[in-house]
Amino acid sequence: MNAIVNRLGDSTTGSGEDVPLIVSSRFTEPAGHTLEGYRNSGSYRGYEGLRSALERSPSEVGEIVKEATLLGRGGAGFPAGVKWGFCPPDVWPRYIVVNGDESEPGTYKDRVLMERDPHQLIEGCLLAAYAIGAAQVFLYVRGEMAHAQERIAAALNEAYEANLVGRNILGSDFSVDIVLTWGAGAYIVGEETALIESLEGNRGMPRLKPPFFPAAKGLYMQPTVVNNVETLSNLPWLFEHGVNAFRETGTESSPGTRLIALSGHVNNPGVFEVAQGTTTFRDLFESPRYGAGIRNGHELKMFIPGGASAPWFFSEHLDIPLEAREVGPAGSMLGSGAVVVMDETTDAVRACLRLVRFFARESCGKCTPCREGTTWEEQILTRILEGHGRPSDIDLLTDIGDNISPGPYPVAADPGSGLEAVPFPPRQTTICPLGPSSVAPITSALRRFRSEFTDKIKRRDPIPVSSEPVPVNHAGEFDSGAAHV
Amino acid sequence: MSDAPKTTDAPKTDAPKTDAPNTGESPKPIEITDPVEINVDGEQLTVQNGELLIDACERNGTYIPRFCYHPRMNPVGMCRMCLVEVDSGRGPALQPSCMIPVSADMSVDTTSDAVAKVQDGVLEFLLANHPLDCPVCDKGGECPLQDQTYAYGPGESRFVEEKRHYAKPISLSETVYMDRERCILCDRCTRFADEVAGDPLIHFINRGSSTEVNTFPDQPFSSYFSGNTVQICPVGALTAKPFRFKARPWDLTVKESTCTRCSVGCRITVESSRDEVLRYQGVDSDSVNWSWLCDKGRFGFEAYNSPQRLREPLVRDAEGELAPVRWSEALGLAADQIRRAIESRGPASVAVIGGARSTNEGAYAWAKLAKTVIGTDNCDAQLGDGLPAEAVLGLSGLTIDELCAPGGTVLWLGPDPLEELPVLQLRLRHAVINDGVRIVEVGSRVTGLRDLVAQRIAARPGETPGVLRQLFETAPASGDTGLATAAALLREAGDDLRVVVGRPNLAESEDVVLESISVLRSSVPGARFMTALGRANVRGAIEAGLAPGLAPGGVSLSNAAVSDAWSTVPAETGSGSAGILEAAAAGRIDVLVLLGADPISDFPDRSLARRALAATPTVISVAPLLDASAAEARIVLASAAFGEVDGTTTNLEGRVTAVTQKVNPPGTARPDWSIASELAVRIDPAVELGRSAAALAEEMWSLSDAYAELAERPESPSGPEGVLCSAGHALELPATPDVELPAPDSYSLRLVIARKLYDGGTLLAASDSSAGLADDAVALLNPADAAPLGVQNATRVKLTSANGNVTLPARADDSVQRGVVVVHHNLAGADARSLVAAGDTVCDVRAEVA
Ligand SMILES: Cc1cc2nc3c(=O)[nH]c(=O)nc-3n(C[C@H](O)[C@H](O)[C@H](O)COP(=O)(O)O)c2cc1C
Ligand code: SF4
Ligand code: SF4
Ligand code: SF4
Ligand code: FES
Repeated sequence: MNAIVNRLGDSTTGSGEDVPLIVSSRFTEPAGHTLEGYRNSGSYRGYEGLRSALERSPSEVGEIVKEATLLGRGGAGFPAGVKWGFCPPDVWPRYIVVNGDESEPGTYKDRVLMERDPHQLIEGCLLAAYAIGAAQVFLYVRGEMAHAQERIAAALNEAYEANLVGRNILGSDFSVDIVLTWGAGAYIVGEETALIESLEGNRGMPRLKPPFFPAAKGLYMQPTVVNNVETLSNLPWLFEHGVNAFRETGTESSPGTRLIALSGHVNNPGVFEVAQGTTTFRDLFESPRYGAGIRNGHELKMFIPGGASAPWFFSEHLDIPLEAREVGPAGSMLGSGAVVVMDETTDAVRACLRLVRFFARESCGKCTPCREGTTWEEQILTRILEGHGRPSDIDLLTDIGDNISPGPYPVAADPGSGLEAVPFPPRQTTICPLGPSSVAPITSALRRFRSEFTDKIKRRDPIPVSSEPVPVNHAGEFDSGAAHV
Repeated sequence: MSDAPKTTDAPKTDAPKTDAPNTGESPKPIEITDPVEINVDGEQLTVQNGELLIDACERNGTYIPRFCYHPRMNPVGMCRMCLVEVDSGRGPALQPSCMIPVSADMSVDTTSDAVAKVQDGVLEFLLANHPLDCPVCDKGGECPLQDQTYAYGPGESRFVEEKRHYAKPISLSETVYMDRERCILCDRCTRFADEVAGDPLIHFINRGSSTEVNTFPDQPFSSYFSGNTVQICPVGALTAKPFRFKARPWDLTVKESTCTRCSVGCRITVESSRDEVLRYQGVDSDSVNWSWLCDKGRFGFEAYNSPQRLREPLVRDAEGELAPVRWSEALGLAADQIRRAIESRGPASVAVIGGARSTNEGAYAWAKLAKTVIGTDNCDAQLGDGLPAEAVLGLSGLTIDELCAPGGTVLWLGPDPLEELPVLQLRLRHAVINDGVRIVEVGSRVTGLRDLVAQRIAARPGETPGVLRQLFETAPASGDTGLATAAALLREAGDDLRVVVGRPNLAESEDVVLESISVLRSSVPGARFMTALGRANVRGAIEAGLAPGLAPGGVSLSNAAVSDAWSTVPAETGSGSAGILEAAAAGRIDVLVLLGADPISDFPDRSLARRALAATPTVISVAPLLDASAAEARIVLASAAFGEVDGTTTNLEGRVTAVTQKVNPPGTARPDWSIASELAVRIDPAVELGRSAAALAEEMWSLSDAYAELAERPESPSGPEGVLCSAGHALELPATPDVELPAPDSYSLRLVIARKLYDGGTLLAASDSSAGLADDAVALLNPADAAPLGVQNATRVKLTSANGNVTLPARADDSVQRGVVVVHHNLAGADARSLVAAGDTVCDVRAEVA
């Protein structure tokens, strides 16, 4: 077995803290991806939640999800039950779209969920479809994730054969089809409206919200619920064990667990299921169950608490718990659950360039500030590293950032009211948050490590910058589980 | 009308920020039916609930800068130039005004610091990689990017990196070139191609700052509407071959006019420099073209600039060659011949064919010359390819707006709108896609309405009346779902049925169309009709009197009120083109005037046209170019062409709009009304036809109450919407002839001669950039008919009818109905008209591999 499985094993053995494994209980099961394995291993019995849900009315099922306050795990953290309720009444058909496009640097938890427990996701889809009355679910998997696609396809075949998907599921009058589809390798189609465009066969570019809120005008202009893989994967456990059990973990406002993809300069990178609100970043980095310390005795320099688009945190933030309402007011976001650790050997300017380059390359090109601004930022950072920096570059970088996302990014939520207080629409000149994402690393680095910039601007000898992308392992299995920045 | 300068000299930097740049784009007119109050920059405005904020502001004098928004396309919110601060109760937020529908109590700030910073920022981003091409760029001087940079942009750029480079320019098609360095990726061209034209042949490719607009490999942007993308491109990224590097915009002077290449009558500007027309641009006429033009119309000026233009009159000399002469000589000879003909065999031995390409004034002058001075009623603006004049004027009319009004049902029996009335096709496309209009089409082949029809019913030539009877009179067999669906759609429409008739097939007689009309009029008494005939001013020419039996104003000769201007009318009713040509072929016509008409190329029975011209002692052609018929004439009078004459034209709706003179005619060529006037005095020195186009118009409009508005406000046709006032609604339709079809014969195919936008027409042949766009003639057969014949691609087949044969390559094509062979008119390689005899209802042919 490969490294990640062992690490997850570590995380559950000898634990003083009793974190229930809601979504990752079959990660270590060699046959967890089969129907057989799904029914007979893990922290609940597969498809039993569905069976019990089918005895309730769809609106009761929706209510349960609402009561559980299951927050979306795709980045924005919006409560799933509330989102489902946004579908305008009496507009049919409606669709469920599953966002399995996970591509943000450092984020690789959905991939494990899809590869190792596809039935859990399928059951989650069925529960969601039942609740909102969708007869079709589109499961959109990132293009490069061949292994996940194969596992889901195999699981779907099994589920169809066992009458768990398709017509008159389990003898009820509930029928739903689940369609597996995949992208062509663009980060932007992870954004829900771009994903919908791509599903419709168009070039993956976001739509404008308003007016194209998926719940009202989504796939084929019909009401559509877009949910993240992990969000839906929580549902089977929830329906088997009930709301109260679900709410026992985590906090009042963020109940349950989260999958964290930990990478970077820690001894033990990997995907860990942690309790929301009670686990701190320090626990995550230092506990032998999780990161097991900064590598080789080095010191923490900075870390990204929630995906490449999140502003950086530093040592003073270590005791913040992994909880949206705590991370937000502190100036960043928990986003997609990707935590990237960087030790003191990391060059802040180069790290910044690496992240900015990602966004520049992945910009869909639809709106001016992102299309032109991200590339310009990349060019300036490259020039600084190549020894042609100008003193004016720092102000320039700041101002370009301001022209992409005026004001602080993301807008810090009022600590009292949490994420719901983030003003809508966000202060951005772009269509979607991808452009502003590129600004986060720059403002973070400039605020904290300004001298690294000014020093480099004074130098005239180039620091080699590779423009080659990091080779991608297409084998489908993890090799290191880490994404080094 | 005086020439308006293209650019204003006002210093741009001092200009108030709300000045709209001169792009010719403005919000489409609306009626306020659901008023709400909003506050814009401190001012309280009453606007239509739900309309886009950008339009609501502009309508009220606050211009918000923009690049991607175009009032005639769906907004996409991409360029981010139009961001303003909108407060709908939750605090101000930057929002793209082109995507935000206004709602009650919205408060908007278009000039806040935040907004100004965004505008600065967006312009700096756009200019970062924009090349410094302005001094050599075709758009320089009328460029929204330049103008908005002056008005809203940063004074200088902080961009010191190397700019993006691409090969310049690449060709997207034969006509349109693309400079990717200049492109600001506003999605206007691509959206136009996809949404408006339905030719999604250009797309964004690549990503991020490498995004570019391009075609699919080996699939050029060959769209009939490609020129519109050049007009709406907010930078000089797209240029059109006919205008590239010809002039700087500030050297152009501009006048509004109307395109006269087809009867849609799109409004245009005619733009010229140094007495040469260099460009037309579409003008947004809300009732007609919404600013769009087809490429044939848009680049039509090339023909008039061509070196082949006739610069002086020609007369056949002793050797039988056409040789230039002075006007007095040519006119003298022509008048002599006419006078002699009148004297020797009576006025009916003189005939006039044509006028549908003239202005109303030109047509009126010729009608008056023929009917009062000469005294012949042998006049016809049509060439056997139209409909009886009484039908053109007498069928209760429909405007384009009425045809396309939301939710209606259209029964299409007309020609292929894409090929013959291109901008009408765009309007129909919009009506179907956006306004829920449903089209039922009956015809022998799939047309440009292909993807738009709700139901298509196949009918071989001659069978349409029968199909209509089935649809309306007998309950369609339940097994045939197509017929049943169509019948249901038509039933639902009830009396609000909108019917378009025309001549979709030159090899099918007008009698078939008349019979269809009669079936419809008895089945759906309330049905309204549009007659979709191709030639630009066919309706105007008929109204002016160029039709047998009619006087100006759409009244029959027998009912014509005697006036000063029309004190006499011909005693005998004359013939239409077919009758005239038959009489001529039989030696009964002494003088045949071809007024911008070319029967050898256009009359459905080519052999009759040739025989008629050969047998007529004096053929006088009044033409701007030496067409096939003019080349056979004895006297050729060089006429001024479009852009060289003032006047009015009447489109297929009966809308009268102005055409304007922008340049001088080449050489001594002169307007056809003045040629008529000169001939008139030479025939009868006591006559004065009219001293000017305006005087002729005034006289014509005084003859019928239908023109009251024109008579009262003669300048009214100059506006973009013109004046809708057509005469002749009271005319009786001709009696429906008995149509007899040949007995069905399983060995024959029934011939369709249809038209293509680009053909071998004289004007197109004289246009540099369009001449190469015409295909060669091909016989198109349904695959099921092609297979048994052994037709592979490009197999040559021989088509034989009772009247002749032609040999040409054939191709299987499933857009053609079984039992039909389609050959397009006037393409190189074969002329299917040699299979046709005038008067036959339909034309059956045998096909065999040659
Ligand atoms: C640039 C960008 C990329 C995104 N990528 C993903 C992604 O890969 N996976 C995902 O689930 N959500 C992604 N999102 C968030 C989605 O738009 C959406 O909010 C989410 O799928 C909703 O699911 P949830 O409510 O279950 O979290 C992305 C958003 C943006 C702006
Ligand atoms: S912000 Fe970037 S990724 Fe998002 S729509 Fe604009 S260009 Fe595309
Ligand atoms: S070519 Fe012109 S119209 Fe087309 S996207 Fe570029 S700037 Fe816009
Ligand atoms: S549709 Fe007709 S009137 Fe309009 S531009 Fe084309 S040719 Fe001219
Ligand atoms: S005009 Fe509104 S975003 Fe371009």
